[in-house]
Amino acid sequence: MTPAIYALLFVLLAPVFGGLLAGIDRIVSARMQGRVGPPLLQPFYDVGKLLQKRTRQINPIAEPLLIAHLGYMAATGALLLGGTDLIFTVFVYALAALLLVLAAGSANSPFSFAGAERELVVLLASEPFFILMMVAVCKVTAASTFGGVLASSQLVAVQLPGVLLAFVVVATIKLRKSPFDISISHHPHQELVSGLTSDMSGRLLAYVELAHWYESALLCAFMVLLFNWSVPLGLLAFAVAYALEVLVDNATSRIKWQLVLRSTWAATLLLCGGNLLALFVMGR
Amino acid sequence: MSFFSRSPWILHYDGSSCNGCDIEVLACLTPLYDVERFGVVNTGNPKHADILLVTGSVNERNIEIVRNLYRQMPDPKVVVAVGACACSGGIFARAYNVQGGIDKVIPVDVYVPGCAARPESIIDGVVQGIAALELKHRMTA
Repeated sequence: MTPAIYALLFVLLAPVFGGLLAGIDRIVSARMQGRVGPPLLQPFYDVGKLLQKRTRQINPIAEPLLIAHLGYMAATGALLLGGTDLIFTVFVYALAALLLVLAAGSANSPFSFAGAERELVVLLASEPFFILMMVAVCKVTAASTFGGVLASSQLVAVQLPGVLLAFVVVATIKLRKSPFDISISHHPHQELVSGLTSDMSGRLLAYVELAHWYESALLCAFMVLLFNWSVPLGLLAFAVAYALEVLVDNATSRIKWQLVLRSTWAATLLLCGGNLLALFVMGR
Repeated sequence: MSFFSRSPWILHYDGSSCNGCDIEVLACLTPLYDVERFGVVNTGNPKHADILLVTGSVNERNIEIVRNLYRQMPDPKVVVAVGACACSGGIFARAYNVQGGIDKVIPVDVYVPGCAARPESIIDGVVQGIAALELKHRMTA
C-alpha cells in the first residue's frame, strides 16, 4: 500500500480508535473507583447527542476555528502516515493545538479565557519535547519519514529509552490526564467549570471531542515510531502507557501551572536531552 | 435516531436546600447507584447540560441565578425539581424570603417528591426527564 492510502485510513479510522479508547478509559476508570461504568460506546453516544443539540454561538469565529482545529488534527496524522517530514508534522500538530486556544479565547468569558491561557502554558510545556523527540528519532534512524523510521534496522526505543520515558510524561498533558489537566479535563467538576470548553455547546463541543480522538490516535502513532520494529509491539506499548496514564489520572490531583512547566521541562531536558547527550558521547 | 436517552448530562443546582437532597443527588454517582452506567454525567456547566436538577426552594437571592442557568442551557432541555422544597417550597414555603417551588421561576417538567428525596426516586425522576427530553427533541427537530 502507498503512504497516501495509510493517510486516508488514518482520517477514516482514527475517530473509531479514539472513541473506543475513550470508552475503554471510562470503563477502566469506573472499575478503579469500584463502579461499573458506562457502555463501551458511550463516547459515540455523547458526540451523537452533542451533534443533535442546539448550538449556542458566543462568538461566530469559534466555529470556523474549531473546524480548522479538527481538520488540522486529522491532517497531522494523515501527514505523518502519508510520509511527510516528521518535524514538519510536529509543527502542524502545534498549529492544530493553537487553533483550539484561539477558539476558547474568542468567547470572552473568564472561565474560557483562563482555560485558554492555561492551554498556552501546557503547549509551552509540551512542544519542546515533541520537536526534540522527532530530532532524536531522525538522528538515530537516519530517516525523516514514518515509513523510513519503520524500515530502519535500529530499534528506536532501545537507543532512546529516555525519550520513551519523557514521552509517557508529556503524553499526560496531551491526553488531558491528571495531574497535568489544568486547562480542561474529562472529569466534569473542576475549578474552571470546564476550562477551555466552558463556552462551547452542541456541535462545537463535538468538534473538540472528535479532534481529541484524532489526537489519541496520533499519540499512538508516535508510540509506534518509538517501537519501529513492529506495529503490534508499538500498539502494545501504547496500551501499557495508557493504562499507566489512567492509573495516575485516578490517583493524583491537579497541580499548579508552574509545576506542570517545571516537571515537563525537567523531563524533556534530563531524560530527552540526557539521552541525546549519551548517544553523542558514545559516538553514534 | 436520538441520542438524548443515552447521554443525559446533568447540571445540579442547590437553591436554598438544607443539603439533604444534594447529598442524595451525589449518592446517585457513588458505586452503589452509579448512574454513569446510563451515560449520566454530572457536569458543572449549563452550556453542556441537558437536564437541570434543582434542589431546594427559590428565594429572593437566587431567582436570577436559577433563571440565568436555565437560559444558558441550549435546547432541548428539561428541569427536574428534586425534593419537597423544590416542588412546593416545603417546610420553608411560608418563610419571609421564600418564593416557593422552582416552578415559580422556570418551567418544571418532572417533580420528585420526598424529604429528602431517595436516590431511587431521583434516578426515576431523571429517567422521566429523559422521556421529556426525547419528546422535546422530536417536537423541535
